[in-house]
Amino acid sequence: MSTLALHQRATLSHLDWLEAESIHILREVAGQCANPTLLFSGGKDSLVLLRLAEKAFRPGRFPFPLLNIDTGHNYDEVIDFRDSRACQLNERLIVRSVEDSMRRGTVVLKSPGESRNKHQSVTLLEAIAEFGFDCCIGGARRDEEKARAKERIFSFRDEFGQWDPKNQRPELWDLFNARVHKGENIRAFPISNWTELDVWQYIEREKLALPSIYFAHKRQVVRKNGLLQPVTELTPARAGDVVEELTVRFRTVGDITCTAPVLSDADTVARIIEETAITTITERGETRLDDQTSEASMEQRKKEGYF
Amino acid sequence: MSAPERLPAIDNGLLRFLTCGSVDDGKSTLIGRLLYDTKTILADTLHAITRTSERRGLETVDLSLLTDGLQAEREQGITIDVAYRYFTTGRRKYIIADAPGHEQYTRNMFTAASTANLAIILIDARKGVLTQTRRHSYLAHLLGIPHIVVAINKMDLVDFDQATYERIRGEYREFAATLGIGDVSFIPLSALDGDMIVDRGARLDWYQGPTLLDILEDAPGAHSERDEPFRFPVQFVCRPQKSGNPKLHDYRGFMGRVESGEIGVGDEVWVLPSEKRTRIKAIEVHGHSLPRAIPEQSVTLLLEDEIDVSRGDMIVRAEESALVTRRIETMLCWLDETPLDPQRKYLIRQTTRETRAVIESIVYRLDINSLLQKPAERLEMNDIARVCFRLAQPLCVDTYVANRSTGAFIVIDETANSTVGAGMII
Repeated sequence: MSTLALHQRATLSHLDWLEAESIHILREVAGQCANPTLLFSGGKDSLVLLRLAEKAFRPGRFPFPLLNIDTGHNYDEVIDFRDSRACQLNERLIVRSVEDSMRRGTVVLKSPGESRNKHQSVTLLEAIAEFGFDCCIGGARRDEEKARAKERIFSFRDEFGQWDPKNQRPELWDLFNARVHKGENIRAFPISNWTELDVWQYIEREKLALPSIYFAHKRQVVRKNGLLQPVTELTPARAGDVVEELTVRFRTVGDITCTAPVLSDADTVARIIEETAITTITERGETRLDDQTSEASMEQRKKEGYF
Repeated sequence: MSAPERLPAIDNGLLRFLTCGSVDDGKSTLIGRLLYDTKTILADTLHAITRTSERRGLETVDLSLLTDGLQAEREQGITIDVAYRYFTTGRRKYIIADAPGHEQYTRNMFTAASTANLAIILIDARKGVLTQTRRHSYLAHLLGIPHIVVAINKMDLVDFDQATYERIRGEYREFAATLGIGDVSFIPLSALDGDMIVDRGARLDWYQGPTLLDILEDAPGAHSERDEPFRFPVQFVCRPQKSGNPKLHDYRGFMGRVESGEIGVGDEVWVLPSEKRTRIKAIEVHGHSLPRAIPEQSVTLLLEDEIDVSRGDMIVRAEESALVTRRIETMLCWLDETPLDPQRKYLIRQTTRETRAVIESIVYRLDINSLLQKPAERLEMNDIARVCFRLAQPLCVDTYVANRSTGAFIVIDETANSTVGAGMII
């Protein structure tokens, strides 16, 4: 092997490479699918997706609407942010809510205050059927959780929205197969190969605005099982709880009842990157109260059609 | 906050590599060790695998548990699909494709190898070069992985004996030469204890070469080693004339990714398959103009002349045309449980183009263990064969050896919509 020529040709930095791959995936969705949608929550990963969609399709409009499944358990800051971002981009935002599914009787809660994370699947499938979407673009990453490490970039779901780990299409080179029959759909994950640190570095590079709860702020919390439970209307302090006001930030924004903030005084993206680079707890482990039940809990939910 | 420990200081881009070996070779342990020693394993993950190790009655933490993802595998205690892992060293980001070693999973190794630029082939120092070592090496070579690292593992179980290492190295070299594999590095290591992975350890002093991580850090990235012709398959055409902005009324942007080579504004290009000629007027990303585009970059190209270009067409540099053809000779790997039926029509997707195809002939099936050519009427899952296809529409191709993007294709069963085969154009 000749070592002389090494690195003499221009190559992409790791962030440029990830960006280019994600743009390529988004354009394949647009090129192959008749009626795709992009799942947009107002959270950081989906905000990265929107920037990637701008890079992929501007000066044109996005060849898909944005879809949000609203659990009704969201922080107002995030919902406001979601609406204003969609408006700034001049893109169509569809919102479907778990509460509508509850009224229809398709979602039945076991207890009134429980997490609605898993119930989102029902509302999502209803929205897919209502609009006839053949592909949902999502911001999931393979580094988030063990079960996701084997997820395809174009992940096939049957008409029940089920993910079958043993029945996934082989994915070779950058040749994706988004073909489906009516009623089936594809979940496409353009940032599969990104890590949490990559996401933050990209947010900094692109100077993306985020909902304020991602940054350090004072909040009333109760310490539970090593996690911080925010005190909110949905999750009030119970008798015997010690309520403390601490400086915290959220690493993920999801259902209020199962998303815990972390102690942090990082009030800028740069400081969050510093923290992320040296953090010792994975994103989901630190902040998702519902992932702790069992090592296999995510896999279980995905089989049931969870995003 | 203290200072960041592992932020990329020098960005040496990204390297995709593949690990191959059987369960017994310690492949999962090797990956676990790489993640552990580069401090990529986080506290709660470590805690979870420590608990599992204890539950199984193990005395030390089983690092292989890090990569055993799915419930079904945990029950069977084996890895059954390709899993992707990530780590960063501060100099470079890595994507590991972890492919299982069993014979029946040739298709998984095929998948994992398709995107890798380097392969680590694990050999158990007690066992030497086995049939599966040959199989993995052949597949890595067939899939065009330019760099192969033979990791002779479990040196701790042969008392770190240099003669054992040398004997296996000689044996492998002999076999690699018969396949025409040129660039091979060898490294002795113990994944279990971590010798020669990230740290050198104290027991392999006779080995003067780089550690495994050193090899990874210095391995050339994809597209960096040779000049390649410019290939730009068009993915999507942007025509925002309805946006209300009069400036955009005549805008026609051809969106895609540079699969290989470079292009600059003003360069003369041909559009395939029509072979119409024009020049590059502008290269854009999200409103910014670029003077050049380089391999793997996703951009929008604007052309000087108004010519008809749509998804599936390919823009190439003038005088560097690809072959426009309705017949391809290929090495095909069958991926599906339903065998290939030579009477049926299939869909072939290559770059952004799709066409119906019929099988003209199965020239031979390759016995992946003996590497002997055998006659075949049909192909079963995991079979590799030389197959000729006739195509309903022309494709714009290069040989796979010349270009891993424009020489690759997948086969789709139109009825089931599944991806049933993957191949390389000869």
